[in-house]
This record gives sequence, C-alpha cells and structure tokens, in this order.
Amino acid sequence: MSRTEDVSNGDLPNEDARTADLLIARGIQKSFGDNHVLRGVDLNVRRGEVIALIGPSGSGKTTMLRSLNGLETPDAGVLELDGGPVVDFAAQAGVGHEAGSDAEVGAESENGAGSEDAAGSEDAARTTGARGWSRRRAAARLAKANRAALRDRSAMVFQHHNLFPHRTVLENVIEGPTQVQRVPRATAIGRAEELLARVGLADKRDAYPHELSGGQQQRVGIVRALALQPDLLLFDEPTSALDPELVGEVLTVMKELADEGWTMVVVTHELQFARQVANEVLFLDGGVVVERGAPAQLFSNPAEDRTRRFLDRILHPLD
Amino acid sequence: MDWQLVADSFWPLLRGGLTGTIPLALVSFAFGLVLALVVALLRLSPNPALSWIGRAYVSAIRGTPLLVQLFIIFYGMPKLGIVFEPWPAAITAFSLNVGGYAAEVIRAAILSVPKGQWEAGWTVGMSPARTLGRIILPQAARVSVPPLSNTFISLVKDTSLATVILVTEMFRKAQEIAAFSNEFLLIYTEAALIYWMFCTVLATGQNAIEKRLDRYVAH
Ligand SMILES: Nc1ncnc2c1ncn2[C@@H]1O[C@H](COP(=O)(O)OP(=O)(O)OP(=O)(O)O)[C@@H](O)[C@H]1O
Ligand SMILES: [Mg+2]
Repeated sequence: MSRTEDVSNGDLPNEDARTADLLIARGIQKSFGDNHVLRGVDLNVRRGEVIALIGPSGSGKTTMLRSLNGLETPDAGVLELDGGPVVDFAAQAGVGHEAGSDAEVGAESENGAGSEDAAGSEDAARTTGARGWSRRRAAARLAKANRAALRDRSAMVFQHHNLFPHRTVLENVIEGPTQVQRVPRATAIGRAEELLARVGLADKRDAYPHELSGGQQQRVGIVRALALQPDLLLFDEPTSALDPELVGEVLTVMKELADEGWTMVVVTHELQFARQVANEVLFLDGGVVVERGAPAQLFSNPAEDRTRRFLDRILHPLD
Repeated sequence: MDWQLVADSFWPLLRGGLTGTIPLALVSFAFGLVLALVVALLRLSPNPALSWIGRAYVSAIRGTPLLVQLFIIFYGMPKLGIVFEPWPAAITAFSLNVGGYAAEVIRAAILSVPKGQWEAGWTVGMSPARTLGRIILPQAARVSVPPLSNTFISLVKDTSLATVILVTEMFRKAQEIAAFSNEFLLIYTEAALIYWMFCTVLATGQNAIEKRLDRYVAH
C-alpha cells in the first residue's frame, strides 16, 4: 500500500493490512567529526503510539529525530518503514554491498512515489555495477532517494517553527500539499482551513508568521506538518523556545493529536507531558538509550542511576 | 553662460539617456542578474570544480577594468571571428561585469537565509531546486535589494564607457555637442546633472521596492 493512496483517502492511515510497527530503527550511529553522537540507538515506533525522547543537552535527541526523516544521514544502522523502504546506512556508506543496494532500490522505487527526489533511484539502479566511481555516485543517489522516501512518510515540527516568513499562514500550510503532493488548490485550502480551525487559528489564515505569538506560530507549524498527512509526526522540543504561558496551548494540541491516534515521536523536556501522553519514554544519554519503558515506571521508579540523576536535576533544579 | 545652448542641448542629451543609457543599463542588468545567479550557485556548489569555476569568474571580472573588458569584446573578439556590433558588444560586456559583481551579493543573500528554511522546505517534501526558488530566493531578494541597487546605479554611470566603442548613449551625445559648440564645461556639467537625476530617481525606486518586500518582516 503506497502513501499516495493514504493521501487521497483521508486523514489517518488505514488500519487494515498493516503491522503494528510503523518504523523500526536499529543500531543508528552518527558522528560529527570526532564527536560520536549516536552510538547505536534502537527505536520501535508502533502505529498510534507516542514515543518521548528525553535526555540531557547534547545527548543526541535531535540528531536521532532528524535521522528519522532524512534531515540527517546516519553513518550506520537500519531504518525500516512499514511498507518500505528499508534503508541500510552501512550499505550506503561502505563498499562491497552492491547486492544489498540493488534490493533496496527495488523496495524503494515502489514506495517513493510522490517525491521529487526519489526519481534518482532508477538511475541509481542503472549505474550500479559499472566502474568504481559510478558505483559511488549510484550509492550517493540511492542515499538521496532513500532519505526522500523517509521524509515523504513523516513530517517535522521544529523547535523554532521554521515557518516561511514571506508566506501567509494559509500559504505556509498548503505549500507542501499543492507544490509537492499535487493536491488541487481548492482541496488543500479546504483542509488547511479545517486544520487551522481545529487549533483555534481560523482567523489567522491571512496573517504573516511575524504577526503571530510564539504559541500561535508553533501551532501553525503543527498544522503545516498535519497538512502533509504523514504517517509519522516528529516534534523537536516544540515548546522549549516559548514563553512559559504559551507552552500549554501547544501541548494541548499535541495531546489531542495523540488522542486522535497520530503516531508521534517527541523530543521534550516537558516531563509531565511525557508522563501523560507518551506510551513509551526513552532516556538518551551519551548517544545510547540508557533506559526505556512506560512513563509511569520510568519516572517513578527508574532502573538506572543515570536516569534517576537526570530526573532529579529536572524536577528539583535548585537542590 | 549660454542659456540657449543649455536649453538646446537638454533634449538631445535627455533623449540620449532615455534611448541609450537607460535601455543599455536595464538590458545588461537583466542578463547580468541571471548570470549572477548561475555564478552564485556555482560558488555555493559542494562540487569543488564547479565552485572553483564560480570563484575564478568573480575574481577575473572584479580583477580587471571594465574598460579593458569592453575593449577585449569589441576590438579583440573579431580576431577570433566573433564580430560584435557596438550595442551587442556593450550589452555583453556590461552583463558579464554585472554577473561577477552581483554574484557575490546573491551568494551572500542566499547564505543569509537561515538553514532552518532549507530544512523546512525539505520536510514539506520539496526538492532543493524548488526550495531555492520558492523559499530561499524570495527571502534572499529582500536582503539583496540595497546592494543590487548600488550595482545597478554604478552600471548606469558605467554605461558612459560605451561611448568608446561608438554606442550612442548620453555621454556620446554630450561629446558631440561639446565638440561642436566648444562649451565643454557647460555640456559635460549638464550631462553630469542628468546622470545624477537618473540615479536619484533610481534610489527612490529602490526605497519603494524595499518597502514592498518588507511587508512580511517584523519591525
Ligand atoms: N550539524 C552538526 N555538526 C556538528 N556537530 C553537531 C551537529 N549537530 C549536532 N551536533 C553535535 O551533536 C551533539 C548532539 O546534538 P543534538 O542536537 O542531537 O543533542 P540534543 O540531545 O538534541 O541536545 P539539546 O537538548 O541541547 O537539543 C552535540 O554535541 C552537538 O554539538
Ligand atoms: Mg535538541
């Protein structure tokens, strides 16, 4: 079942003929120069569930989240989306994995529809098996196509909203649907207005981002992500840049989305939100998952010392 | 002071400006901007060879006098079998020149757009080219209006160099009238005042464009 069908069918992914796992990440590694930021992170995102990523600053939360939609390319590890693609990053980076690469191209080209960048994958298949330099080029193109395929299944809400400042609220929201997904303009506007109304911003459709409060900007950011009708919503500390009194309006929207059954991965420092909304909490430190579990258990009775110390620091910053 | 001569020469000079100087500057600037965008993108390319080509081009244009560039194209190129009429020669030289100077402006403007805008474009599914066209360049345009206006105003004045390759723009008209009447100070001063007038009008236009592009920016 391809994503393009999801888009034409309705709001939420169909439940039939689907496994519970939407996204499986295995052994994700990433270095920036000498800085080994992710040292083999596993993640299992089940449909309709909310995963909270917590951890100290610099522990790699953002890097992990960005790896899930192709903004970051891991050095090693496997990302497996239900319905494809299966992206083996070691195979892309290294040499001598051509057989594996070919298999990936097959899986990818069925499911990358709707993406502009995925077009490179066929070319990649054609050039694979030629001389060394063209093999490397093919690997690079494949990496690009796979990143795009990952991206087309998810949508990201940024810490600093990253709204397009030269576009109105409505234009921000319909940009992806009309420009990329080829949704007719009238349909896209209709859906956008509906979504804006749902987050209480119907009257702001013609405002420019700079005319909104931080909380409103962030809610538009969420609507822009929802308008893409993704399978997976990614949030990177969406409230940490907000004034305290604006945090609630954004978290409320996110909680409603979770209740509606959206699949979400949320990097957050809002432990109370994680406790109430998340199905699973992952505590990341030093590039590894130190502890994972249901929020009730992880917060009230952490198994690891490092988790306990981190929670103490956040809950009792003055002690 | 010969007021009659001032009055008689004003319209020929102004006409020379409106039919020579201004069209020459406008056409050259339009071609030059397209070239400048290409050169800026070359410079920004992660491919070292492409980036080197862009850098070499900018360096060559900025490192040589415009007058020499004009001479090479008009007097030098025929040696290679490429013969230009005065107007095409002038447009070619000025476009190539603007291409070098404006490339740096455009490059800096593109780099001034926050990285998050590229990432947001990626996230909503756009290719880099589409993100550039729909998200990055409109924002870069705003930043680059003041420096590009400077480039354009310089160009308007530099078109007077075209007189040496026989293009009939305002300054050539001034030279003819001055030689004929022997009133060099008067006529050249008059020409200078008309250039000044043109540039003042252009600066006003720049303000209008900046205002228009400012509507989405917080103050
Ligand atoms: N593009 C990059 N280039 C170089 N280093 C990077 C890059 N992105 C992240 N890093 C480094 O990787 C490490 C992990 O960063 P990351 O942003 O993933 O942490 P985080 O857990 O999200 O932290 P925070 O809570 O402060 O947002 C940091 O040391 C950071 O400096
Ligand atoms: Mg972060």
